[in-house]
Amino acid sequence: MEKRVTFRGWWLPALLIAPQVLVSAVFFFYPAGQAIWQSLFIPDPFGLSSRFVGIGNFEFLLSDKFYRASFGTTAVFSILVTLCSMIPALFLAVMADRLIKGSGVYRTMLIWPYAVAPAIAGVLWLFMFNTRVGVVSWYLGNLGYDWNHVLNGGEAMGLVVVASAWGRISYNFLFFFAALQAVPRSVIEAAAIDGARFWKRFWTIVLPLLSPTTFFLLVVNVVYSFFETFGVIHTITSGGPQQSTTVLVYKVFSDGFVGQDLGSSSAQSVILLIVVGLLTIIQFKFVEKRVHY
Amino acid sequence: MKRSLLGALAVSTMLSPIAAMAQTEVQFWHAFTGRLGELVAAQVEEFNASQSDYVVVQSHKGNYSETLNAGIAAFRAGEQPHILMVFEVGTATMMAAAGAVRPVYEVMAQSGATFDQDAYIGAVKGYYTSTEGDMLSLPFNASTPVLWVNRDAMAAAGVDPDTDLSTWQNVDAALTALKAGGEECPLVTAWQSWIHLENFSAYHDVPFATQDNGFAGLDTELTLNGEAQVAHLTAMGQWAQDGKFIYTGRRNEGGANFRAGDCALFTESSAGYAGISSEAEFDFDVRPLPYWEGVGNAPQNTIIGGASLWVMEGHEDDEYKGAGQFLSFLSSSDVQAAWHQNTGYLPITSEAGDATRAAGFYEANPGTEVAVIQMTAKEPTANSKGLRLGSFDQIRGIIDEELEGIWAGDKTAQEAMDSAKERGDALLRRFEAANR
Repeated sequence: MEKRVTFRGWWLPALLIAPQVLVSAVFFFYPAGQAIWQSLFIPDPFGLSSRFVGIGNFEFLLSDKFYRASFGTTAVFSILVTLCSMIPALFLAVMADRLIKGSGVYRTMLIWPYAVAPAIAGVLWLFMFNTRVGVVSWYLGNLGYDWNHVLNGGEAMGLVVVASAWGRISYNFLFFFAALQAVPRSVIEAAAIDGARFWKRFWTIVLPLLSPTTFFLLVVNVVYSFFETFGVIHTITSGGPQQSTTVLVYKVFSDGFVGQDLGSSSAQSVILLIVVGLLTIIQFKFVEKRVHY
Repeated sequence: MKRSLLGALAVSTMLSPIAAMAQTEVQFWHAFTGRLGELVAAQVEEFNASQSDYVVVQSHKGNYSETLNAGIAAFRAGEQPHILMVFEVGTATMMAAAGAVRPVYEVMAQSGATFDQDAYIGAVKGYYTSTEGDMLSLPFNASTPVLWVNRDAMAAAGVDPDTDLSTWQNVDAALTALKAGGEECPLVTAWQSWIHLENFSAYHDVPFATQDNGFAGLDTELTLNGEAQVAHLTAMGQWAQDGKFIYTGRRNEGGANFRAGDCALFTESSAGYAGISSEAEFDFDVRPLPYWEGVGNAPQNTIIGGASLWVMEGHEDDEYKGAGQFLSFLSSSDVQAAWHQNTGYLPITSEAGDATRAAGFYEANPGTEVAVIQMTAKEPTANSKGLRLGSFDQIRGIIDEELEGIWAGDKTAQEAMDSAKERGDALLRRFEAANR
């Protein structure tokens, strides 16, 4: 049985959670409230006047076929980023976990990319795939493949996915690695004695035991791909070519900070908030049932 | 030069706490880094040294879009600078914000500085004056697109480098010859919407948008899907398919290709001069932007790109005097002539242009005059005065997307421009609603 500490009275617990409540209120609830309020207006950029339009901003957005199309782009992008950042991370963690000597070095090296800011990562990948001076595009050219993410939407999507997932692999690796360390050796040894090979043990014992971590990472990575990949897209493609990498969060930026259309931008943040909220609920309701704690 | 500048900066920093007591401070936010940033800093130093009543403090706030955003955010927080640099596509946004900006002609009148609007070049001034003819912001850096020619690449492909490239018909033939001669990148461009739609329309004297390109009212609609524009983009789309026109990106990415000698022809701003002349290891020419013979009234005049200086509301009278003095200093003939010669930007006053010619600069640097002539040869018409469209930065983004559809061969020029018009008009209606 777990041990539970209970407090007498209410003021000590209230005091203890107060800092967290305060931080949430100032940095989350207040701005979110502002976004919802602003989404009902069309203001001018300088805040000199603003016109109440009710749900006009939402109507404007949802009747725009390019905005609706960007939901599809976002879905493809998020799924790819999540898969490309979790699967290699799990693979690397399993490999690093098997090492007896030198695992510290591998661990450190694998964690490094996490320290690179998204915009910098974007620039790094952009240089490698630059159509004129990029190392990778030059190599592909030698192989007879003409890389041109400036005009080819599929290639552009591939590039932003890889650049977004790259740094994230480190983060996921860290969690998977820690979780692997917590898998009881005795269970694995027992299975080994019963004649289960490495991959058999992995599928039937290790993976189910990792499920809480996997679920946590799934939620966190989906949120990441929705909100934090903006820097990468901004530096590599600016949403192009045509609209092939314009994800929802990039459109929030471009309407708000390029178009100075704060009404539409706020309305989009609200929509994004609802979408991510729904996704998280779905994840907890359906995916979590398959998680063994 | 650089050392003395740094020295001057250091000295002024040390002295400023003492000096600040007596001097009125004027904040100036701009978007220049590198060589241009140094030149701006030098102008500010010179102004500060020339008088003792005011001290201008310049700060760099990022690229054009970021500087405009910084200015807007600062205004909302009540921390706005006195002078803000805003690029030409932000002009309509600033003009619509009557309570946030103080028109330059008013500031000048208030400051008692000498100010003669007629001294400014029409095509430059026109972009920044109200319908009543009052100058609302001070043109600062203005450039216009020209055709850059890599003579060595032309010769290597067996094309006479002196071929007449004044019309697109001739360019078409030259591109075919270049391609046949083994040139892999016959034509590349920078700023595709600015050059191949906005300037194209002005140069051929066809409207880019209704209501005199937005000068006559906010209820403007794009007309960039007109016959002339579609014909031009159809030709370019065909060149893209044939490998005669190479698309490198939405901004000026193509500049790297051209400066490295990879491309034969390059449509780019006249302000590309500084970079190309310092990096190019080949023989190059500056030619006027080509036009289609027989289309519209080509060649009319081209329009400008660049930025102007806006004076923000909400400061003390004394500070406006300082701002006015500084703006007056910037438009003085010597300062302008030096700026024009150092950067390749156009002179904003006719006097500065004349001074440059008199000094023999154009003869010593062939090609530097092309842009000036191209802009000033004819009196601007309603179609070639400039553009004044709300949300224009974003409309350019839409145009970029649609153009990419043409270059990739996914859309015809007509389909792409019809779609650009539809999407752009929706943004113009929102801008109208926000500024009613």
